[in-house]
Amino acid sequence: MSLKSVLLAGCATALISSAASAADPIRIGVIAEAQAVAGSSIAPAAQLAAEEINAKGGIDGRKIEIVVYDNHSSSAESVRAFQRAVSEDKVNAVIASYISEVVLALEPWAGRLKTLMITPGAASDVITQNIAKNYDQLKYTFHGYLTSTSLAGLVCDAAKDLLVEPYKMKTAVIMSEDAAWTTPLDAGYEKCLPEIGLKVVDHIRMSPDTTDFTPIFNKIEGLKPDVMITGISHVGTQPTVQWKSQQVPIPMFGISSQATNSTFWKDTNGAVEGVFYNAVSGPGVAVTPKTLPFVEAYQKKFGNFPSYAGYTSYDDVYMIADAIHRAGGTDPDKMVEAMEATDYVGTIGRIAFKPKGDANPHALRTGKGYITGLMLQWQSGKQVNVWPKELAAGTITWPSFIKLKAASN
Amino acid sequence: MLFWQILIDGFAISALYALGATGFTLIFGVSGVLNLSHGAIMVGAAVAAWAAASEFGVGPYTGALIGIIAGFILAFATYFIAVRPIQRSKVIAESEKEIFILTATLLWGIIIQEAIAYAFTNNAKTVLPIVEGVTTVLGVRTPRNEYFTAVICWVAIGLLWFLVNRTRRGKAVMAASMNPRGVTLLGIELSSIYLTVWAIYGLLAGVAGILLGMFLGVSSYSVGPLTASAFSIVVLGGLGSVSGSLIAAYVVGYLETGTAYLISPAYRTIPALLLLVVVMYLRPQGLFGRR
Repeated sequence: MSLKSVLLAGCATALISSAASAADPIRIGVIAEAQAVAGSSIAPAAQLAAEEINAKGGIDGRKIEIVVYDNHSSSAESVRAFQRAVSEDKVNAVIASYISEVVLALEPWAGRLKTLMITPGAASDVITQNIAKNYDQLKYTFHGYLTSTSLAGLVCDAAKDLLVEPYKMKTAVIMSEDAAWTTPLDAGYEKCLPEIGLKVVDHIRMSPDTTDFTPIFNKIEGLKPDVMITGISHVGTQPTVQWKSQQVPIPMFGISSQATNSTFWKDTNGAVEGVFYNAVSGPGVAVTPKTLPFVEAYQKKFGNFPSYAGYTSYDDVYMIADAIHRAGGTDPDKMVEAMEATDYVGTIGRIAFKPKGDANPHALRTGKGYITGLMLQWQSGKQVNVWPKELAAGTITWPSFIKLKAASN
Repeated sequence: MLFWQILIDGFAISALYALGATGFTLIFGVSGVLNLSHGAIMVGAAVAAWAAASEFGVGPYTGALIGIIAGFILAFATYFIAVRPIQRSKVIAESEKEIFILTATLLWGIIIQEAIAYAFTNNAKTVLPIVEGVTTVLGVRTPRNEYFTAVICWVAIGLLWFLVNRTRRGKAVMAASMNPRGVTLLGIELSSIYLTVWAIYGLLAGVAGILLGMFLGVSSYSVGPLTASAFSIVVLGGLGSVSGSLIAAYVVGYLETGTAYLISPAYRTIPALLLLVVVMYLRPQGLFGRR
């Protein structure tokens, strides 16, 4: 065989293999909690995005295929799913979980197996702090939801406008569950609440296993704060229902992940009336032109509304597809570079990641022009956005058992 | 103030524990079955009551009734699927049946738990309360539903006492717990006694589950802790002793409530478990156990 024919044969093989890879689907693994309300929207929302992209011809002629793994809310099962996704199912990227503990367990595996991973719902700052410490190894992880510190900052901003200025509130008790995501959240609250004029009179961290909240509410009521600033996600129904049934006269304001779900009214038999919660999206709130069409399509297809992690999971598929397009393929390092350059308007706002060298590389940019967050309140069975003013759909109302002592001063 | 608070809250939670543990101990006393799917049956009844109200819009009474029916169905399903085939098996050695039933009910409970989690998610649910609002007694503001819970628990326990001590059927059940062979010699079918006991058990577990769902709320995560708490109350009181279980329920209920208020809600269950360990050392048959 002459040199020329060898070269020709080589070229032909290269052509065939590149043609094959162009037709190969892009596979995205979704590792999420099928049994948890927050996690159960992650896979369907990703599926919806993939179908939309495929209906328009896919990415560079390649279809997107979603491979779903139920992790039963367990870190160990998530790690096994991740290994299987990469080694057997050959996924090109992974969308993983709303639980910080799970994402922290997967983060080193994303590095070891050089597979792009993004979380649509975990919040711990440690995820991105780890990337700062060991960028070359952990750069494959992206944080597709707000960090706890950003969340605390957004809650404080809203509290200033909604509680401190109009109602002259002066004191607060922080009530949060003991979990990885609330450690930086509580530190954020401790720092920003005094800055907006709310003195922190106590800080209660409760076990996520708590079922009877009476002693906790009893203690908080004894401290006579103007407001309870919450940080709850694993618990939700029980403290909310007991707050109402015991008629604790202090408003609940802050992060309550379960309250973001449209089903929460039913879960609590309406006890959530009057509860304030931070979110990046909400029913009927057109954060961007993409938000409402997504909610409508999701509702039409699955019969219920997406949880907060559904919005981000939907955006994540588009962002990954876009990154693969810009990277010209699925080489993991090139995908990371392309993801870092993301500037995408999704359902929750304009998404861009903080760069290498930041204290939280690969965390979402927040603030004006990027993601600003909302503060919603449950009112008569509906989630009504009350902050920021330009996106507000209503004004604050108070359940009859709430006693606003500061306002009457 | 704090004293009254602990007294009132502790009373309600203890009454609920007592009701939950009574059915559990009755089954053991009569048929020697330790039903480890107990928590799953309680949660199943509560979730059925919740689903009836929230999905189909029925009122609190109908919801509670549907929950009780679900408790019945689950109790009978437990008996017919997990317990009776093993009791009647000719392949399993008599001496090993106890451990087989223990394992079967445990796995059956996990099946129910997972089914609930998939169908209704693992988020906690609360049953529509029958009584709403709060009352202030001795300076303690308590939901009226809490008093209602305590009253219903004691009425149910009272009815059980009446049934066991004053009716023919009940006396047969009592006799079977003392001497099953003697009962058969009197011409009473032991299997029909078992059915009666499982029916009573389904009713008690269903009511306890629904009341718990109204009072504190339940989720599929509650299954394990509920079984564990019934188990430790029954062991503390003495296996098979109904009055022992009632007293043990109050000991555990007040220890937990006192700990939650006076030390920290995070340590709520620890002292009761320590007490259980101490009793196991000093009096392995439990506080009021006969065997």
